[in-house]
Amino acid sequence: MKPRLLPKLAVWKFASCDGCQLSLLNCEDELLAVTSAVEIAYFPEASSNRGAGPFDISLVEGSITTPDERDRIQAVRRRSKVLVAIGACACSGGIQALRNFGSDVELARSVYPNPELLSILETSTPISDHVTVDLELRGCPVSKVQLIEALQALLDGRKPTFENCSVCEECKRGGTTCLLVSKRMPCLGPVTVAGCGALCPAFGRGCYGCFGPKESPNMDAMTSSLRNVGLSDADIVRMFRGINANTPAMANAAKDVR
Amino acid sequence: MSTRTIKLDMISRVEGEGGLTLKVKDGVLTELKLHIFESPRFFEGILRGRRLEEAPDITSRICGICPVAYQISSASAMENALGIELPPVLLDLRRLILYGEWIESHMLHVHLLHAPDFLRYSDAIAMAKEHPKEVQRGLGLKQLGNRIVSVVGGREVHPVNIRVGGFYSYPSEPSMRELRADLAHAIDECESVVRWVSSFEFPDDETPAEFVAIRGRGAYPLLGGEIESSNGTSIPISGFDSEFEEDQLEHSTAMHSHRRNGDSYLVGPLARFHLSRGVLTPRAQALARECLPGGAIRNPYRSIVVRAIETLVALEGSLQIVESYEPTGAPNVGYRARAGVGFGCSEAPRGFCWHRYGITADGLIESARIVPPTSQNLAQIEVDLFAFASARLELPDEELKTECERAVRNHDPCISCSVHFLNMRIERS
Repeated sequence: MKPRLLPKLAVWKFASCDGCQLSLLNCEDELLAVTSAVEIAYFPEASSNRGAGPFDISLVEGSITTPDERDRIQAVRRRSKVLVAIGACACSGGIQALRNFGSDVELARSVYPNPELLSILETSTPISDHVTVDLELRGCPVSKVQLIEALQALLDGRKPTFENCSVCEECKRGGTTCLLVSKRMPCLGPVTVAGCGALCPAFGRGCYGCFGPKESPNMDAMTSSLRNVGLSDADIVRMFRGINANTPAMANAAKDVR
Repeated sequence: MSTRTIKLDMISRVEGEGGLTLKVKDGVLTELKLHIFESPRFFEGILRGRRLEEAPDITSRICGICPVAYQISSASAMENALGIELPPVLLDLRRLILYGEWIESHMLHVHLLHAPDFLRYSDAIAMAKEHPKEVQRGLGLKQLGNRIVSVVGGREVHPVNIRVGGFYSYPSEPSMRELRADLAHAIDECESVVRWVSSFEFPDDETPAEFVAIRGRGAYPLLGGEIESSNGTSIPISGFDSEFEEDQLEHSTAMHSHRRNGDSYLVGPLARFHLSRGVLTPRAQALARECLPGGAIRNPYRSIVVRAIETLVALEGSLQIVESYEPTGAPNVGYRARAGVGFGCSEAPRGFCWHRYGITADGLIESARIVPPTSQNLAQIEVDLFAFASARLELPDEELKTECERAVRNHDPCISCSVHFLNMRIERS
């Protein structure tokens, strides 16, 4: 009998914390099932085997922050049939994109005594700024449910189903009382895409937008609501300039506050 | 004269990315560099001008493997600056979630990253085909660690419930009760893991390092205000700066820490075990006597056994906290912002994670300094590797690469924290 050829999976890392690829290893219940459905062809964090490609599915974690990364992502794209950006860094530039809003030289100087030894780009940018991305999984970190659904859908040859409503709807479904209305607590739930299961509000804290903006968010209304609960303009800017600061919605809203 | 350069482009089964270059001249190792090419992300710069309340969520993004340690170190530093102290019930919850992170991270390293080296597999997937029971058992324990983090913190990676002053909410009593039976069973399973890994073959190797860890004061080190050393000294965490410093090197985006006199040192499981083996629980003590006999454990290969014993310590500690859990009072301590400087320290799975912040009267972060565990270990890893490789230069390049890669993995470096890792190259001349 001829052995069945499994689709080749690769996992790539750019500027990031490792948390999204760890989320794959955290799918303990599904891990051995996943590894029997695909060939792990490149995943340096988990295996010494390193295939040269081409790969059927590439999961890309991290943002583009150095000249080397800018070149490397092109090579990854060329060798990948389907490229999936996983997590806030890969989808929006991540928390390190906060440097896009200040002087990177100043930042480097504040951290490294000899910044001239570093080779960096002025900005931290999402993968889609550099190559065609076939699918984006949002979140800091990605949701394990979405990650498994994406892999399953790609293996089945169908489109994955993700919700595109806001965190607010997840709160309603989970029976969590609105913190913004009832406790006058700052919350980015109204403008943030669902996916986390409205985790922060369930723990009694406002959403800080780690899944990033939903489609066409009403940022003006968000700004007004945050003002209404007593946030200063500077604090509103800090809220918008969080994990997904570099998304157009957040970047523009932060600019418009002043 | 002959030059031999051996380069390992990327060290696998470590968290984050780095490489190694060895230069050999006339049969003598002349240079060894551990390259860290994790992109710098400038966290200490990003933190300036942010609210002190934002530090736990921002610093957790330094590392997806040990976010809890970053959250706890930063929150405790702020609490220190604000002059507030947490009641025992909240400190216990901090310990519990940190134990959860130890269990998850240690079981990941033991089973998915380290054990394949001893049993000669390329990865745990290949290992699982011939050792399915052991891999499943390891994944089960890892999952329980993750569950603890989720019960207390909301999710496994970048939990959301830790805040300056304590927690946003108390974990629910039913979810804590559910952990009890599983923890009791996991303690038995973990004993089998300790015996399994102690049956591996350990090559000869010894690190002469000075060991440094948080002072446990009668308990295994986890949280605390003092740092102690195998040289017999102990300092308050606020004195770290006057004893230790960090250097930036051309081949690494990770800073290298050392003592002000230039000496390297080691933090993490070997250091903690060396300094606190006397205060292990009776069950861990008996198991340590059986599986790690003798005095100091200086063979980095045996760190796999130490990680398994530390997992047992964490499981027993977790069970104790869960059994006595009684949420009383508010889940957090109130405070008023004031100008000041605060220090915070907690033991991450790979060693202690030290934070210092300067705060303004309006509650903004004026300055931030973060010393992650792996940047403290890099200098000592280079020293150890130099001796290790020097003794094995007769090996052909490919074999030498494999052996050096294993030696690096013994230290479980986590190099995502390119606040501050591995390609390997050997130059022979």
